[in-house]
Amino acid sequence: MPKHDAIIIGGGHNGLVCAAYLARAGRKVLVLERRERIGGAAVTEEVFPGFRFSVFSYVVSLLRPEIIRELDLPRHGLHILPLESTLTPLPNSDYLAQWNDHDQNRRELARHSLRDAEAYDEFGLMLHQMARAVKPLLAMAPPDPTSLSFRELLGMKRLGEYFKSLRKEHFYRLTKLLTMSSADFLDEWFETEALKATKSASGIIGTLLGPRSPGTAYVLLHHYMGELDGVFRAWGFAKGGNGSVSAAIAAAARAAGAEIRTSAPVAQILVKWGRAIGVVLENGEEIRAKLVVSGADPRRTFMQLVGEKHLPAPFVESIRRFRFRGSSAKVNLALGELPDFTCLPGRGPHLRGAISISPSVAYLERAYDDAKYGEVSRQPYMDIVIPSLIDPEMAPPGKHVMSIFVQYAPYHVNGGWTDARREALGDTVIDTLSQYAPNLKNAILHRQVVTPADIERIVGLAEGNIFQGELSLQQMFFLRPVPAWAKYRTPLRGLYQCGAGTHPGGGVMGASGRNAALQILGTA
Amino acid sequence: MLKTTPFHERTAALCASHAWRRWAGYVVASSYELSHEREYHAIRSSAALFDVSPLYKYLVRGKDAARLLDHVVTRNIQELKVGQVAYTPWCDAAGKVLDDGTIARLAETEFRMTAAEPNLRWLQDNAAGLEVAIEDVSEPIAAVSLQGPASRAILGNIDVKYFRLAETELFGVPVSVSRTGYTGDLGYELWFSAKQALAVWDGLIEAGTPYGIVPAGMLALDVARIEAGLMLIDVDYVPARKALIDSQTSSPYELDLGWTVNLKKERFVGREALAAEASRGPQWRFVGIEIEWQSLERLYAEVGLATRLPATAWRTSVPIHAGKVQAGYATSGGWSPLLKKYIALAHLRSHFAAPGTPLDIEITVEHRRKRAAARVVKKPFFDPGRKRA
Repeated sequence: MPKHDAIIIGGGHNGLVCAAYLARAGRKVLVLERRERIGGAAVTEEVFPGFRFSVFSYVVSLLRPEIIRELDLPRHGLHILPLESTLTPLPNSDYLAQWNDHDQNRRELARHSLRDAEAYDEFGLMLHQMARAVKPLLAMAPPDPTSLSFRELLGMKRLGEYFKSLRKEHFYRLTKLLTMSSADFLDEWFETEALKATKSASGIIGTLLGPRSPGTAYVLLHHYMGELDGVFRAWGFAKGGNGSVSAAIAAAARAAGAEIRTSAPVAQILVKWGRAIGVVLENGEEIRAKLVVSGADPRRTFMQLVGEKHLPAPFVESIRRFRFRGSSAKVNLALGELPDFTCLPGRGPHLRGAISISPSVAYLERAYDDAKYGEVSRQPYMDIVIPSLIDPEMAPPGKHVMSIFVQYAPYHVNGGWTDARREALGDTVIDTLSQYAPNLKNAILHRQVVTPADIERIVGLAEGNIFQGELSLQQMFFLRPVPAWAKYRTPLRGLYQCGAGTHPGGGVMGASGRNAALQILGTA
Repeated sequence: MLKTTPFHERTAALCASHAWRRWAGYVVASSYELSHEREYHAIRSSAALFDVSPLYKYLVRGKDAARLLDHVVTRNIQELKVGQVAYTPWCDAAGKVLDDGTIARLAETEFRMTAAEPNLRWLQDNAAGLEVAIEDVSEPIAAVSLQGPASRAILGNIDVKYFRLAETELFGVPVSVSRTGYTGDLGYELWFSAKQALAVWDGLIEAGTPYGIVPAGMLALDVARIEAGLMLIDVDYVPARKALIDSQTSSPYELDLGWTVNLKKERFVGREALAAEASRGPQWRFVGIEIEWQSLERLYAEVGLATRLPATAWRTSVPIHAGKVQAGYATSGGWSPLLKKYIALAHLRSHFAAPGTPLDIEITVEHRRKRAAARVVKKPFFDPGRKRA
């Protein structure tokens, strides 16, 4: 008899969540992490002495409140600090700020457009209502509409009920959301370019699509789900960086009896008679278990760890077609002083929130144009936070760290990623940002540039896609990662998936890990 | 930073209580003095001066101005005479109230509309194809409300009839004076350029001092408006734009504003839904409730206390029962210092809404949830003859 009930491949946040739920149900769980640290893409590393970075993922936006509650993550060290605002500096030295305070926000929007200031609340209410109708989907294994089995039909019925709860006009809107581009959808509501651009940005994050690409509107809603839990306040910056999210989940898993091994790279999943029976580590060690759950992305899981020969050909073909196309990079800066924005000089509350380089929809679309043809955007979209202003322990006293999410930096860049290209990307980012904050160059003490190729190499995410596969409509819900295999199961008995390559997808959400565990336990 | 009104220089100096609150993105005084009591009594016995600048104000001008407003609100605006003011709600297509305010006809083709919420977008969207200009004048126009029996004398015995308007000059400033207010008393609202706000304020204080004028804040106003049976947006009803679920919305009929709905108008926003509701009768009514003193006294006596009363008007939802069923809920209430009655405004299922219907209202007495006897009474609770005279 194997010693372990389940082996989880990968100590990313989803693997850890899955481990915690299985362990809480009394299963003997072993987590195997390739790197010397747990967390996957949710890690905090002291890249430069005294300067700590959430090297990859950098905010908490979608972490499921039920996971926070059920695993009691605050007791295990999770502390989510608020991010208060979004600042969009503009090339004409003006800016658009979105504030948490309703009055302050309305006043600021009214400065740009009285109509938009009024539309803002209605837009929020509309998204709220649609997100409310769609949100239950996040916590369920997506039903397959082609199946007539009782279980699937029941799932479809539940789904139908959620949609029925929508008002007629919201149902129409939802249909539009599913089919439109985020820019077109926002055009129906707003006239301020910077507002539309900043909002549409959340529709393109992690994809190789532009704000005018159809299907991106839905992704807006996906990101809005996090805001739906507004009262719960699951949105913000994790004290200690995103590594502390992973650490809290790991602590919860350990407390429930799970064993977590680092520096334990899995070389192969052992298959016998169509069943996964364990794994072999790169050092040759063989570990058997009743179940194997892979937190790795679908390509790595099936093409590398299992191997094509153990899988049906059509399934292999579908996995091959699953799109990754990583499109984003990170630039992490150690700063001697805070950036001073021309549009809003000095150290104000605007620096404690997100800073978005998204002056217009055309700007974003142009950034996409470059990427479409295999180039890094000459003027990229950026989402910036200064964690040390929120959690001073991220940097030495008086010094700061800055996290810059950059898009587009396509994985399939013409000529491939080289050290020179990486540095050129860093320069592009710094040059672009310096147009808005001229003191930046002099403030930089150190910089780290993380390309999609680096993400793939370090974290193992295929093509550096931060969501373990593009969040685009044709690979979501019952199509994620592959039609007919969307319920965390695989063609191999005893092999499950729990990564973001499954429904509902990426973001430090944990839903895939939890849903997979519930499927395995038969309680979903 | 929140915005301050054009009177802030004066009001800040007066605000001994340091009690401010928000209103439409502005800070206004809750009370100037340490207690709002004297400010309240000024409304009923002399005159109270309120800074009501945060109201949203729109100038609607052009050939089709009357047509636009007539289409948007439930009352007949085409028939409004020049110099007349109408209080009216307006609804969405489902006949649910979006907001309420006043419309003053300044000239044949010129109107001033007040609103509690921003409505520029709503007006613009409904003005498609019409020859009309809509201007948001919320900031350039300052407004004060002078309310109370002495208000007419303070304005030099101005002759403006109830819900009428006059253009005049006060303290050297062109002022539009409407005989309107939110207290159910004799009173006026003054509209003028924000640039000359302080001159008008100073003039009113000087002219009013012999008559006992008292600058008053929102706490005093809240008591007076409940006595007058006047509902407050976000407190007594959820505007349809903010409703998360349909059951949070209210029609004018459900808010006791059926009298403002003119179904004889050929078309206006929400007409069909309202016509249907008018024929079937509203499910809810918005009524006055009086909580019986004896019942209160008994509840407090049971725990060895003398009767206690809320120090200010409250604005929370409080369940109201009729025997074993919940008949509805009160949304604001308080002690009327003038009437010596504990009163509240409440939403009741229609069949519990007849005056005199006996009810129970929840009340917490020494940490325990109790029920006090109450009954439905006619609104307004207080309706002095001078209001219209």
